[in-house]
Amino acid sequence: MSEFNLETASFKLNPRYQYQWEEAQQCHVLLYPEGLIKLSGSAAEILQRCQQPTTMAAVVGELNTAFPEAEGLANDVKEFLADAQQQVWIVQVSD
Amino acid sequence: MDKTTSHIPMWLLAELTFACPVQCSYCSNPLELSASRKNELSTEEWIRVMRQARKLGAVQLGFSGGEPLVRTDLEELVVEAKSLGYYINLITSSIGLTAEKITTLKEAGLGHIQISFQGSNRESNQLLGGTDSFDHKVAMTKEVIKQELALGLNFVLHRQNLHQVEEFLTMAQSLGAEFVELANCQYYGWGLHNREHLLPSQEQLIDAERVTNEFREKYKGDMDIFFVAPDYYDDRPKKCSNGWGTTFMTVNPEGEVLPCQAAKVIPGLEFPNVRDNDLKDIWHNSDLFNRFRGTDWMTEPCKSCPEKEIDLGGCRCQALMLTGDATNADPVCSLSPHHDEVLRITAKAQRPYEEEETQKLVFRNPGNSKKIRAEKSELTE
Repeated sequence: MSEFNLETASFKLNPRYQYQWEEAQQCHVLLYPEGLIKLSGSAAEILQRCQQPTTMAAVVGELNTAFPEAEGLANDVKEFLADAQQQVWIVQVSD
Repeated sequence: MDKTTSHIPMWLLAELTFACPVQCSYCSNPLELSASRKNELSTEEWIRVMRQARKLGAVQLGFSGGEPLVRTDLEELVVEAKSLGYYINLITSSIGLTAEKITTLKEAGLGHIQISFQGSNRESNQLLGGTDSFDHKVAMTKEVIKQELALGLNFVLHRQNLHQVEEFLTMAQSLGAEFVELANCQYYGWGLHNREHLLPSQEQLIDAERVTNEFREKYKGDMDIFFVAPDYYDDRPKKCSNGWGTTFMTVNPEGEVLPCQAAKVIPGLEFPNVRDNDLKDIWHNSDLFNRFRGTDWMTEPCKSCPEKEIDLGGCRCQALMLTGDATNADPVCSLSPHHDEVLRITAKAQRPYEEEETQKLVFRNPGNSKKIRAEKSELTE
């Protein structure tokens, strides 16, 4: 499930994880069986865009539009998504 | 005085009922089982509790018991919990579960089911749990996996089934379980009553951990195995529920709010009830939640101990049960002046396991509860 080509494949947030804003903690979180991951602002911006099937190019494109000032964005996104893939936070969507 | 704490009760454990079809001798529920369910919180009361806890920042919700599937309003509670934004865990024996119910609960928003096994095969599961439910547990395990709901298998360990770890892990692996918890039972409630016949020997533990490590190595990436050792064998105690009044809130079937599931054993504590108070007030201002919060309540040797922030003095219930005073250091700690008591108990457990011992277990059921109560009142008369 976690083995797919990040550069070419469509993927989305793993439905086993619940992504949401937590008012009490003032951050976005990923919830899973008996646990919680607090997300940084940039991680949340990326995962926010993975709630529907998407691709890395699409995520980078959307973020470039939203944050035109940001530098080295493509690399940061790639790095984060590679990690998210490893953790199975994102899964491949078959066409 | 306003005692507002910065801690957030991230976990709400909703013990929906004490009723349970299984009769586990290691159950942490109180010995005084209420035979009647008439005092249980209603659906509306549970919904109010879930709303109030969510407002305080609770995100993880566990439906447990007893057996939560006994409640006919479970689906309704799951729907409400989901709409409030909880991640919902169901902690069950699987008795009462069907393929259709799994579908309904999943659609209602359930995230995770934890199914407990009492033995690794039909005979032993029946002997140790007091129900003929092994085949059903296996069928439901397969069904949860088939319906792609997150699943955890929980095998509760003690001296009478530690030798079955290999058989259990083999089964878990063949069923395709991704997460397995091997939890040595703790000694509260019925578990304390049966401790002599539940506490394993060191040799049994070493064997079970060796087998566990072999499976971990072999099925790395496919099956995660979590092993919880009985803390009587440690040098240092475990924190109480990640720290008293820091993370957990348990609401029992009759609405009492507890910092941990076992806290009812501590005398002199008053348990606030959701029927009388708002959870926010209970969490921040109640004497109960402030009683052992932080480190101010400590006595020596904890008070001046450089490690006091690490374990917060350990378990208050264990301190009470083994030393007679809940403000003492948890005697599991080798620095406790009462540590000898733990050594005396574990020394007695260094005998080989024998099958006949099973007959000495007192199973959790209303009949035995009544019998124990009668014996206790005879002693005090």
